[in-house]
Amino acid sequence: MSQPTLNQYSPVKYSRIYSLGAARGDLVVTNDDIAGPIDSSDEWIQRRTGIISRRRASKDLSLMDMAVEASNIAIKRAGINPSDIGAVIFSTITHPHQTPSAAALLADKIGANPAPAYDVSAACAGYCYGIAQADALVRSGMAKFVLVVGGEKLSDFIDPTDRTISFLLADGAGAAIVGPSETAGISPTVWGSDGSHWDAVGMTASLLELRDGEAGWPTLVQDGATVFKWAVWEMVKVAKEALEVAGVKAEELSAIVTHQANIRIIDELAKQLAVPEGVVIARDIIYTGNTSAASVPLAMDALLTSGEVKSGGLALQIGFGAGLAFAAQIVVLP
Amino acid sequence: MALSQTEVLAGLAEIVNEETGIDTSSVQMDKSFVDDLDIDSISMLTIVMNAEGKFGVTIPEEKVADLITVGDAVNYITDAQ
Repeated sequence: MSQPTLNQYSPVKYSRIYSLGAARGDLVVTNDDIAGPIDSSDEWIQRRTGIISRRRASKDLSLMDMAVEASNIAIKRAGINPSDIGAVIFSTITHPHQTPSAAALLADKIGANPAPAYDVSAACAGYCYGIAQADALVRSGMAKFVLVVGGEKLSDFIDPTDRTISFLLADGAGAAIVGPSETAGISPTVWGSDGSHWDAVGMTASLLELRDGEAGWPTLVQDGATVFKWAVWEMVKVAKEALEVAGVKAEELSAIVTHQANIRIIDELAKQLAVPEGVVIARDIIYTGNTSAASVPLAMDALLTSGEVKSGGLALQIGFGAGLAFAAQIVVLP
Repeated sequence: MALSQTEVLAGLAEIVNEETGIDTSSVQMDKSFVDDLDIDSISMLTIVMNAEGKFGVTIPEEKVADLITVGDAVNYITDAQ
């Protein structure tokens, strides 16, 4: 009997981001609103973080609500039907269920059922991890269109008295549709992790410690010095490598969209990269705050919506955070 | 070749100036980073990172808190070269 020939996926050469969608928390939270419990002030918070106000979601606005809103916008802008979506990737660290995934529910709510759907836990690098996977799924032929969402309701996991990170944090969701392309739209991804700094940023306790009464409700906390140093020094190298593997020079970029961690990190990163004049640096953090996995798509969408950058230009996007985990790629702006 | 204390001070003053805008002449050995120069912890980290690059030394994070004055930093860098 002759050996049957297996069918395999037929790859396509290129992929690109077709569209973005954005949803932010419905509340505008000023520095004065949160300064009391950390014995701080508007001036101190602005100087430390660049944040003037942050968007948080009210109790009735869930992570899923924001993800659905952002996804529906992205689907509409892409001009596709939800049933065309061949995979749903949801990057988040604030989905309140260990299981089932947020992605499966999102897929159903937006009309993409029965698309394969799964969550990615890579914190502030999560969206760029998702784009890396979507690029691979599309080019391999496994999916024609992939929905990538970075979404967080971080305000469910903050301690108002924490001076390390809580005052930075905000809520929102950003979505992207990735699909096949005639020309290259997503560069190779430079990504990785460094678990030797696993405890540099994360939760105060595990769910088991909560169950056993050894800890209260887990909230986010960070070792600011370690994270700052890593986020600037190591991410400069990652950003340079991303440009190199993409075959793109910094002066050819329209924009640099970093994870919106802290304006001081963003500015120092731009300085160390010696960003040429004319390249727009995304500073969505000023009025949005730090939304972890949502920050890169929210910041990119803001630049496109305001007209600061145009569709077709090149942007370096880079996410970095808990894990530690990082990912960077050059993308053609949708 | 290892730099002298005076050369390290001059180099460090340039880094402080670039990060904070403080005049290089104000960056003197007896000045406290926090109390005299009003440098916050994030600027201090940035200064340390740039000093590591410029002088080819490593300043461990736990050591940064001990660098109270400009002189502390200059002496540490000079010895670490």
